[in-house]
Amino acid sequence: MNIDELREHLCATYPDLCPLFSIEFGDGVLIVDRGRYWSAAKDLRDLGFDRLGMITAVDGIDDFEIVARLTAREIGAHIFLKTHVPRDEPAIETLTDLWPAADWQEREVYDMFGISFRGHPDMRRILLPDDWVGHPLRKDYRDERIIRRPDYI
Amino acid sequence: MALVDKIGQSLTGAPLVLTNVDALIDWSRGQSLWAMPMGTACCAMELIAASFSKFDFDRLGSFPRPDPRHTDVMIVAGTITRKMAPAVKRLWEQMPEPKYCIAMGNCAVSGGIFYYDTYSVVRGVDEIIPVDVYLSGCPPRPEALQDAVLQLRELIRSRSIAQGREYDRVYTLPLPGGERAGTTDPGRAEAADVLAGRRPKTGGDE
Repeated sequence: MNIDELREHLCATYPDLCPLFSIEFGDGVLIVDRGRYWSAAKDLRDLGFDRLGMITAVDGIDDFEIVARLTAREIGAHIFLKTHVPRDEPAIETLTDLWPAADWQEREVYDMFGISFRGHPDMRRILLPDDWVGHPLRKDYRDERIIRRPDYI
Repeated sequence: MALVDKIGQSLTGAPLVLTNVDALIDWSRGQSLWAMPMGTACCAMELIAASFSKFDFDRLGSFPRPDPRHTDVMIVAGTITRKMAPAVKRLWEQMPEPKYCIAMGNCAVSGGIFYYDTYSVVRGVDEIIPVDVYLSGCPPRPEALQDAVLQLRELIRSRSIAQGREYDRVYTLPLPGGERAGTTDPGRAEAADVLAGRRPKTGGDE
């Protein structure tokens, strides 16, 4: 499979998402809704995306965005698989059953953003102490120990 | 009191050196500062370089020994996070007295570039253990670390073992909202006075 075949296949599989998807330079973005996140990831893996580079999240104030970067080494293509998670129910399916490398990445997302991954084998903090209160990369995180840098200008 | 009070001959003609135990112990203690390398960040690269042939701290008697029970001085080289702090504290408590601490680099001195806007970094290792020598730099060169070891040697020799060492506060792990400890060892202030000539030495050599 080459990149053209990959694009055609994905546009056929996700017709409503085809305009968002551009892989001309071997780099694409696929934004799916929350319910199709795991199935889309499984489709991509079956298409040849055999490497999970990273999983991270973005706090968009209204909701969280999960970003997973996938690589198909045979095809030479990369894809950012994105989905949105509501703030009042921060949970999503795990990808550890597709790529074992997702284990620590999802623990870090849980640690920093408080998004729990359903089906993860070991869902606990990875960087901060276990008794830490809050999730520091959330925009609404408050910590009285933080000293704000004064304004000099 | 000098380390060597008198060099002479005994009645039988054998060579004889007169000194006192206090001065001899203080002198010898400063010559063999085995180091506990607490390298947690990039300062550890300079700490490693200091041990190798170009700078060769072995000639100062400072020898890295990754076992707290064998060491005299803990060189904290790097950022101490709140997760790492209990481990540093535990290693410090495993070191036998007398023990000393060099805070190497801005992160270990005050938190450095992580002082502001950071949720996870201890602002200076003196929040959890007493520090004898502060060494600034980001990172300090091995020559600066060498100077810190020599400063510590001077500090040890200016302080008699007969006095022991007292801490004027209990060093605890940083708690939420806890106030900053700062420089707190009275023995260090006294040693600074002695070195500056503001007060007479109470022990050790001259």
